Amino acid sequence: MSPELLVETHALVKEYGDFVAVDGVDLLLSEGEVYGFLGPNGSGKSTTILMMLGLTEPTEGTVRVCGHDPTRNPIAVKRQVGYLPENLGFYGDLTGRENLRYTAELNNIDRAEANSRITDLLAMVELSDAANQPVAQYSRGMRQRLGLADVLLKRPRLVILDDPTLGLDPTGIEWLLGMIEELSSQRNIAVFLSSHQLHEVQRVCHRVGIMSHGRIVLEGTVSELTAQTAGAGFSIVLEVRADARSGTGVRDALAAIEGVSRCEQTGSRINIESDRDVRAAAAAVVIGGGGELVELRSQNRTLEDIYLRYFQQD
Amino acid sequence: MRAIFWKEMADHFGRRRFVLLFGLVVMGTLWGVLVDTEQLVRQGDGFFFLDLFTSRIGIPISLLTFISLFGPVIGIALGFDSINSERTQGTLARVLAQPVYRDAVFNGKFLAGLLTLTIVVWSMGISVVGLGMFRLGMAPAGEEVIRLIGFGLVTIAYLAFWLAMAMTASVLLRNTVTSALISIGLWIGLSFFVTIAASVLADQLVPEVTTSEQALRHFNILTWASRLSPGALFTEAVSILLDPIGGRVLTLISVAPERLQGLLATPVSAGQSLQLVWPHIVALVAMVGGLLAVSYTKFMREEIRA
Repeated sequence: MSPELLVETHALVKEYGDFVAVDGVDLLLSEGEVYGFLGPNGSGKSTTILMMLGLTEPTEGTVRVCGHDPTRNPIAVKRQVGYLPENLGFYGDLTGRENLRYTAELNNIDRAEANSRITDLLAMVELSDAANQPVAQYSRGMRQRLGLADVLLKRPRLVILDDPTLGLDPTGIEWLLGMIEELSSQRNIAVFLSSHQLHEVQRVCHRVGIMSHGRIVLEGTVSELTAQTAGAGFSIVLEVRADARSGTGVRDALAAIEGVSRCEQTGSRINIESDRDVRAAAAAVVIGGGGELVELRSQNRTLEDIYLRYFQQD
Repeated sequence: MRAIFWKEMADHFGRRRFVLLFGLVVMGTLWGVLVDTEQLVRQGDGFFFLDLFTSRIGIPISLLTFISLFGPVIGIALGFDSINSERTQGTLARVLAQPVYRDAVFNGKFLAGLLTLTIVVWSMGISVVGLGMFRLGMAPAGEEVIRLIGFGLVTIAYLAFWLAMAMTASVLLRNTVTSALISIGLWIGLSFFVTIAASVLADQLVPEVTTSEQALRHFNILTWASRLSPGALFTEAVSILLDPIGGRVLTLISVAPERLQGLLATPVSAGQSLQLVWPHIVALVAMVGGLLAVSYTKFMREEIRA
């Protein structure tokens, strides 16, 4: 049985007057999948999300979320989808627990059930101790964790997180990514993760789509994208200590490694291009020849480079 | 919607706003106490409990004027930040991401405001009547009770107008301060300037009042123009309800009391008075409906960005 499609958008367009915020987006997201929706600020990520939830109407195109049209039947969609907005807010004068209880009431979860779910979720997001403090006293990271509990309270099939790492410290980000992995692998919840910080999220995403100027410019798994943009070749740079250099001997030895197509030396730097990963062999050649290897690094284009390229177009 | 309704009720009664509400109830009640009941009984017309609200004996303004002045403030205070503060706080997007209809959010808030207003007005009215019973040493007649209930209903309709107006401002304007200022501006404008504008208009259209025909025309223009103001509608309706003798003439606001002296002091029945104020209540409710319609059209299809 193939996994069910939770999100299906087709040629989605949103215009604000003359400005086209989203320009023909096609997205597919299946059950239990983690999708990284990446792109610079203002590339149309949030607008796409708003259309998926029926919080704004598409100008053209269609959206189906969990089998329903969010513009016509928002309630059916919102029953199954948890949404963590970009600037999420809580009622500052209510405690964390009270805020969650209100969400539970809005979801028509009965009181006893709600209380047990809230207690579990607060423990999961490590807020049990702060549960009875007013949210006004929470730190940014605590609010974000409470937000995650809030989103999971209705037991969603799909969770949409709009820039959840914004303003979190490194440990906070690490924790959040761990949670996302767990949601997908253990609870089979699909996660739609929007972010503009690629390197933070790429490791948890099964697939990523990169938005730029309202369009998805690249889409696929992280390794697919890397391969697609970097071509088949490998490229490494060696830095060899100057006094250990014995003329062109090292260079020639390196050029002789199987698979190396090109080997150039400028000063103490040697650039090698090959059709396979020759880093270990190259290091062995330099050290075996009595040279001192100062640095060896891969110059393969990472997804980050690709991503930055689209950023710099702005 | 029930969850939103109770959350709002808790907000109205649980926070500092409650001090304002409670303070007004206490002030209103004290106002009723300050009326000099002895004089009231001596020169009264028999409707002592109604006089408690309209009399100015011993106090600078009647309790009625007090309500028509400060009532709108409560309405505005309960409504001016209802939608836009949630928007600024970021809670609106989160609430609307839950399986609730948008109109449920708006209706829940409006009904909670309305019930709060009802509780405030009625607790004040009941306290005044209760203290009145204690001081006058008698119970209100059935006739008076009917009139007082009618008065309560008209007051709720009047305050509902201000609540709806403030909530509309909170939907249309993103900033809570702006919406508070606009609401207060409209309150002043509708309460005072419409009446002034009405008399200017009447004077312009009928510059000379010499014949009774002209006087009637002048008067008609004046009344109809002032009825654009909910405050004028309220005062007119309440005058009819609380003053069974003078109230037969709709003009209590514009005719000097000495001109009414020739009239026979025979009161109108409560049923008749209620019939007379029915159009006023309908007009106020229609105004509320109009405002709600404006809010709905804006709020229902709007983009909710966090």
